[in-house]
Amino acid sequence: MIIQKRNKITKVHWLLLLPLLICVSTPLVAAQSGTSANPFDTTLIVPDTAAVAAEPVTDLTVADHRYDHGEKLDLTWVPSADDPPVGGTVVGYRVYRIADGSEPVLVAELPPGTNHHTDEGTSADSSYVYFVTSVTTSAEYESARTEAIVPNVEWLNFDKKYLFLLALIVGGSVVIFIETARRGKKLFVRKIAGLEAVDDAVGRATEMGRPILFIPGILDMDDVQTLAGLTILGRISRVIADYDTRIFMPVSRSLVMTAGRETIKAAYQTAGRPDKYSDDMVTYVTDEQFGYVAAVDGIMVREKPATVFLLGAFFAESLILAETGNYIGAIQIAGTARPAQLPFFIAACDFTLIGEELFAASAYLSNEPKALGSLKGQDVGKAIAMAVIILGVVAVTIGEAWQVGIMNDLTDILRAIFSTM
Amino acid sequence: MDHLAVWVAAFLTLGIISFLYKDNPWYKLSEAIFVGISAGYWFVTLFWDNIYGKFWVGKGEDPMLWVGAALGVLMLLRLIPKIGWISRWPLAFIVGCTAGLYLINYLSSNMMRQVQGTILPFFSSQFGSGFDATAYTIVGNIVVAVGTFTGLVYFFFSKEHKGAFGGTARVGIFFIMLTFGASFGYTVMSRMSLLIGRVDFLFFDWLGMIK
Repeated sequence: MIIQKRNKITKVHWLLLLPLLICVSTPLVAAQSGTSANPFDTTLIVPDTAAVAAEPVTDLTVADHRYDHGEKLDLTWVPSADDPPVGGTVVGYRVYRIADGSEPVLVAELPPGTNHHTDEGTSADSSYVYFVTSVTTSAEYESARTEAIVPNVEWLNFDKKYLFLLALIVGGSVVIFIETARRGKKLFVRKIAGLEAVDDAVGRATEMGRPILFIPGILDMDDVQTLAGLTILGRISRVIADYDTRIFMPVSRSLVMTAGRETIKAAYQTAGRPDKYSDDMVTYVTDEQFGYVAAVDGIMVREKPATVFLLGAFFAESLILAETGNYIGAIQIAGTARPAQLPFFIAACDFTLIGEELFAASAYLSNEPKALGSLKGQDVGKAIAMAVIILGVVAVTIGEAWQVGIMNDLTDILRAIFSTM
Repeated sequence: MDHLAVWVAAFLTLGIISFLYKDNPWYKLSEAIFVGISAGYWFVTLFWDNIYGKFWVGKGEDPMLWVGAALGVLMLLRLIPKIGWISRWPLAFIVGCTAGLYLINYLSSNMMRQVQGTILPFFSSQFGSGFDATAYTIVGNIVVAVGTFTGLVYFFFSKEHKGAFGGTARVGIFFIMLTFGASFGYTVMSRMSLLIGRVDFLFFDWLGMIK
């Protein structure tokens, strides 16, 4: 009786399950007939007698990746014999990693034709074994496993030896020039047009009885342009303190506010007028780019500064600020190393420090040994670059036009030296 | 609620745009709201992301976070005049680390890679048979090499721009200005897209005139 009932239930059960089984079996049929859209599944496909066959990859080797922290291993292999450019049964490869004898973990799925892979998920305190499977539309065929390998940690990256050498030459030149300047030898730096106008601009503000507005850009103290702007601010503040003119500096970063106050305070102390300094000279507005711009534009039209300095890192706000300064009739001295913003400053300002002139300006104005030595050291780097460009262009042109072997060799050497990543 | 937000946004947008006419109370109100809300927003964001998120929720598990926290506390010491000078240490730390980090990055990308990319032949048998090179390749290579070299001469500060050196520097600034001209046009176009975005908001979201 019980058995009959169970049979009844079973028949009904199967009738209900039939449509479901049809649905489930459809992708399997499609996969076996080679029409599956995605050959890669998350589960291992076990080959059977009806599976599409393929030879496994051969000569699988694993080697330590050079100059890393032990997080990479390089695998190479000879692709499957069933992976020709056209018409093969291999639809891809899978790379499996076995760490410290544990279960294999799939680390990469690669397209057909691939013969190498770098595993970037290793660590120096584990041992790894790899195997690669040739994947067909219905099965995977496993290669021989590699020997166990422990990744090495390298402390020095010798691929960057030429970068190190160049840094050493430029850095060494900086040190030598700083020492030279400290010993009292005058280091020549050519005139920079925009800087000649600084004293005149401050004097103009004094005569007109209007304030000076200093905008240090919108980036923080970790940007070298902000640092250069603040260095120039130190020199400008000293002149302002001498002339007893007002300066106002709205900022968009709290650290820049702190550094700006320190800079102006030090300048006023150097000028012998510490009593004239006030923390209100530097105020924080907001970190928000266009909120800051709205506030500075408002300050410009209400305070009508006679002189506006825009020295630092600027983005989309550059033209808005420079155009407003131009509109109120202020004399404007701008400087930034952002190529996209320089055209706007050139169009709307009276003087513009282009790119590295901003950094050179701080050295030129301060006349301090450290800044001057740094500038001269950088010139050594530029001289090297100019010499290599002339040598390289001549060598590659002669070498390629007339097929002169020695010139081609020289070109290869120069390109190799300067190819440091 | 959404309608109210759109109306407020439109009111503030027009308030900011009204600056094009002249400074006025509407602009001043919009500016004050913009500055106040954005400053408050940044304060709240930084507090919840950094102080609450990393030290309260995250328990400060990364030891480097405590280095940053210590530097932050040192910065606050400027509130105590007697030991305010200590606040210069974290500033010096940031400036020094940044300078060191950028030295290598700039040497690698701005100098070495640039020089490598400039070593190009003016003529080559690979351009075609003999000197039958394409004008585009020749002119392109010459522009890159001459532009880079003369640009470097312009930014060389140890020699006065006089004579042949000055002439080369003038060629350099010519190349630089040409680049700026192209950059100007390109950037103006991207600014136009910002304006179009605002106009689209006014006419589509607010007025509903664009369907």
